[in-house]
Order: sequence, then structure tokens, then C-alpha cells
Amino acid sequence: MGVQSIQKLIEKDKVDLITGVTFSNVMMAVAKPLADANMIFIGSNAGPGPLAGPQCNQNFFFTSWQNDAQSEVMGKFAADRGYKRVYVMAPNYQAGKDFVSGFKRFYPTPLVGEVYTQLNQPDYSAEIAQMMAAKPDALYVFYPGGMGVAFVRQMRQAGALGKVPLLSTSTTDGSTLPALKETALGVLSGTFWGPDFPNPVSQKFVADFRAKYKRIPSQYAAQAYDAALLLDSALKKTGGKVDDKAALRAALRQADFKSLRGNFKFSANGFPVQDMHVFEVAKDSTGEVSLKTIATPLKAHADAYVSQCPLK
Amino acid sequence: MSLFIAQLLNGLQFGILLFLLAAGLTLVFGIMSFINLAHGVLYMLGAYFAAAAFALTQSFLLGVIVATVGVFLVAAAADRLGLSVLHRRDHLDQVLATFGIVIFCNELVRWIWGNAPVFMDTPAALSDSLDIFGFIYPAYRLVILAAGLVVAVGLYWLIERTRIGMLIRAGASNRVMVSALGVNIGWLNVFIFALGGGLAGLAGALIGPITSVQPGMGDGVLILTLVVIVIGGIGSIRGAFLGALIVGLVDTLGRIYLPMLLRNIADPSVANAVGPALASIGVYLLMAVVLAFKPDGLFPVRRRQG
Repeated sequence: MGVQSIQKLIEKDKVDLITGVTFSNVMMAVAKPLADANMIFIGSNAGPGPLAGPQCNQNFFFTSWQNDAQSEVMGKFAADRGYKRVYVMAPNYQAGKDFVSGFKRFYPTPLVGEVYTQLNQPDYSAEIAQMMAAKPDALYVFYPGGMGVAFVRQMRQAGALGKVPLLSTSTTDGSTLPALKETALGVLSGTFWGPDFPNPVSQKFVADFRAKYKRIPSQYAAQAYDAALLLDSALKKTGGKVDDKAALRAALRQADFKSLRGNFKFSANGFPVQDMHVFEVAKDSTGEVSLKTIATPLKAHADAYVSQCPLK
Repeated sequence: MSLFIAQLLNGLQFGILLFLLAAGLTLVFGIMSFINLAHGVLYMLGAYFAAAAFALTQSFLLGVIVATVGVFLVAAAADRLGLSVLHRRDHLDQVLATFGIVIFCNELVRWIWGNAPVFMDTPAALSDSLDIFGFIYPAYRLVILAAGLVVAVGLYWLIERTRIGMLIRAGASNRVMVSALGVNIGWLNVFIFALGGGLAGLAGALIGPITSVQPGMGDGVLILTLVVIVIGGIGSIRGAFLGALIVGLVDTLGRIYLPMLLRNIADPSVANAVGPALASIGVYLLMAVVLAFKPDGLFPVRRRQG
């Protein structure tokens, strides 16, 4: 599906530039047709490891993050906090394992438990009971989307939230918080941006977004917004021209725009070098359940794969 | 040891959850001989109706009632408006048609409520956990346990002890004879189908606050539900109840204890890879074994020969 859409854009619509792509598996499938067409691509979500390492491409830019960064920051956070006994849980598929290995890269202490649940499992009560019996200092999980909603609710209902610090990736984000609300208070998660950032670009974005959609923007909206800002900055530099790919590429690489996240620049592989933060689910000044920045364990963080990328 | 008891309770509780879904499916499948893959859709609608009513009124009880009655009516209307045509077609046609309905309804729900999970919470009084015999157990889960038992007893009474139940049983064994005696078997079928739907709606409303209310939420659970009624014996409420408990226990205990056992005999990384994979096929292996030795399921309906 993804490959067909990309080929239609390249061959039929003859577009100059493509942006988007949410899922890493789709990203891996469309990377080849994009590269073969010498297409300039701005990724706004998926950031699979191979594209940051050996298969990196000078035409690819990512305004999101390399997939591992969001779990690496939580690993660093757990290490900084001095947790001795950490338990991890994730769904049993490739992304689940990738996030756990990202976490371990920055949390070298052996884990007291490493549990992989079935993808889209409805009930976690047994795993939660098992985890509580192990009495860990902290729990790290990666449960995106509906799995995160179910898992956090069941943690709350089992009385486990508040007893064991819950560190997470993609579990309490803008896509699941509207379904969880107060249930998720106190859960920690790691990413690159949160709606409480004080910089003016971010504040304006949050205010405009709330006025239009009546909700707090998610990080996914933020990274897509940055993709648009990046493109805008590059087009201003080339005077709106897109024919000269080398010039457009050079303009994009400079990343000369005010990002929502503050500091932003590209590594050689087209992935961002950026600060990674830890957020706590808390009520904001208007009483809505949102994310509050509580720590920045990784400053100007580049991904782990850039050394395998032949680009300079 | 107390952990093992807690896991047993978790398994039973998951079984009860499956029973709420399986009860409706086994009635429709067993008595009307109608394979309804869209049963999972009715469950999803129940969860969404409950969430919508909850958002409007802030009353959990009202949400449950709206979901049960609402899905009962939806199922009755769907049966009258076209599904009844399928009753006399063969099973493959039913599978194809109801699978189409699944895809259609998932998209419809996505269109109305969006792709993201919607908010649904347990009533405040039940959101905590209780301390029973030294281990902590979520209060809301006990409500589900109770609801499952009430549904089981209620259905047993309805089928075995009432006039409608008698007609349902008669219709299951010889529908021509029943209609020759002046009973409107068409309306009887509408009632059974709507009853199955109402039970699925109730299940959706009760399970919504535990899992995630989102498009396609019924699809995965439907497969486990089919396993339950095949193991228990199609058309049998008793079979659905005991089958659901067996599947709940096998699935839960397998998930926890298979990887632990493997870790004792194999390398941890191998155990971590193989354990969950083995546990996830546990219930299907069980189904295969049951089908091999008792093709009618463990607790089949007693049928008179004739």
C-alpha cells in the first residue's frame, strides 16, 4: 500500500518532495523507491535504525527522532535516578524489542525482569501481578496506542500506579491521554517535546492548535509542524525553487528555522541532534491533563547508528 | 503461593470476561446455525454506546443500560433489515457477508468517533483495589465476575425454565415442526439474535473501562471467543461458561508460567523469545486436542435423535 502510494506520487504526480510516513515498517518499504527516484524526503515520524545507519541517504531528513531515542532517554533517566531493580515490559514484536534494547543501551544494570506480551493483548492483570511480586524499583514499558490505554488503566485498577514508578515510551502521549485523563496521572514518558515548553514558537503552536482543535497537541502534531517549518525555511533560501536538488538539500541540511523544541540540527545521517526530555502526566494551568517537563537526561543527543552511516 | 492463587483468579476473571462475549455467540451459532463474525462489532458498539452515554450523563450505570438496550435494538433491526436472509444460506455465505459487515462497521466507527481510543472510566467507587486474603485485587474486576455469574444463571433460567426458552430449544431441534404448531419462528430468531447482541453490548460496556475503546477492538477478542464456543460445545450455555473458564485459565497461566519454566531449562534470551510464542498458541493447541477427541466440544448440547 505504502509503496504504491509513493510510486504514484513519484511517477504519476511527479512531485518534487515527499513528507510524512508514520510506521517504521512502511518507511523501510518505501525507502528504496524514494532513494531510486532521488527524491527528497522529510520524515515526520518513523525513524528506523537501518535508515540512520548503513542505509542512510543524503536526501532523507527526519524532524521526528530515531526510534531508539525515546527509550534511550528513559534508560538514562532510570540510571540517573539510581534505580537498582528495573523491570521492563513490551509487546512481543520488532518495535517492542527495539525499544527495550534502546533502554538497555543507557541502563547497563541487569534487569530484574524482561517480559514480552502478545501484541494487542486485552488483559495484563497476570503480568502486572507477576511484576508486583518481583518488587522492582521502577517499571519501564513501551505500549503504544490502545495497548497503552489498557495497560495504564489496569495498572491503576490493580493499585500498582504510585507504588512502582512507571517509566514509558509512547504509552502516555497525545494520542492516549484523551482516553486516559486522570487515570494516567504520575506516569513518566520520554520524548523530544512537550506542550509546556516555554519558547515562543512552541507556545504559539500550542495556543493556535488548542483554539482550532479544542485539545492539547500531541508530539506527533509538533514533529509534523516542525517538518513544515523546516521546508518553509529551505524554500525561502532557494527562492522557492525546487529544481536544483543539491541546493534544496543544502538548504534543508542547515535546518535554519526556529524549532518548537529549541535546539535543533541534523546529524550526517539526516536525523536530529536534539535534547531528550522526561515528562510526567500532570494537570496544566487550565486543569487539563497534560505533560509536564521534569528532566532532560540527554542533551544534544545524536542517535547510536550515525557512526555506521557512510555520509559525512 | 498467594501469587499462584492470584494468577488463578486472574485466569478465572479473564474467562468470565470471555464468557460474556461467548454467551451471545453460542446462542446465535448453536440455535440459529448462523455464523456471525460481526459479533465482535456488536461488542465494540456496546463499548462505544457506553462511552458516549457516560460522556453525556457521567453515569456509569446508565452507560451500561444504554449499551445493552442499544445493541439489543441494533441487532434486532439488523436482523429484520437483511441479516435474516442469511439464516438459510450456507455457512460460507454467512462468513463472507458478516466479515464484510465487520469491515464496514469498523470504518463507520472510525468515521464517527475517530481513530484514537475514547475516554471511558470505571465509576469512582470501583476504581480502587481491594485487599483480599493478603493480595490486592481490583474492585472493578469483581463487578465483572459478578456480572458474568448473573448472566450465566439468567440465561440458564431463561433457556431451561421459561416458555420462550422451551420454544427456543424446540426451534433448535426441529424448526419446521415448531412453526407448524403455530409459533412464529421468524420472530423467535429475531429475539435470539437481539439477545445475543444485547449480551455482546453488555460485555463491551463492562470491558471498555479495562481495555481500550477503539475501532476494531472486537476483532481480536472474537477469535478467542470462537475458540471458547468450539471447546465448550456450540449452542451450549454451560459449554460456553466452562469453555471460557478453561480458555481464560490456560491463556493466563500459560502466559506467565511457560516462559518461567523455559527459563529454567534454556538460555534466558531463548526463553524470552520462545516462551511468549508458545503461550500465544496454547489455547489453539488446546482447541486442536479437544476437536481431535471430542469433535462436539467438551460440553455439547444434548440432542434428541430424530
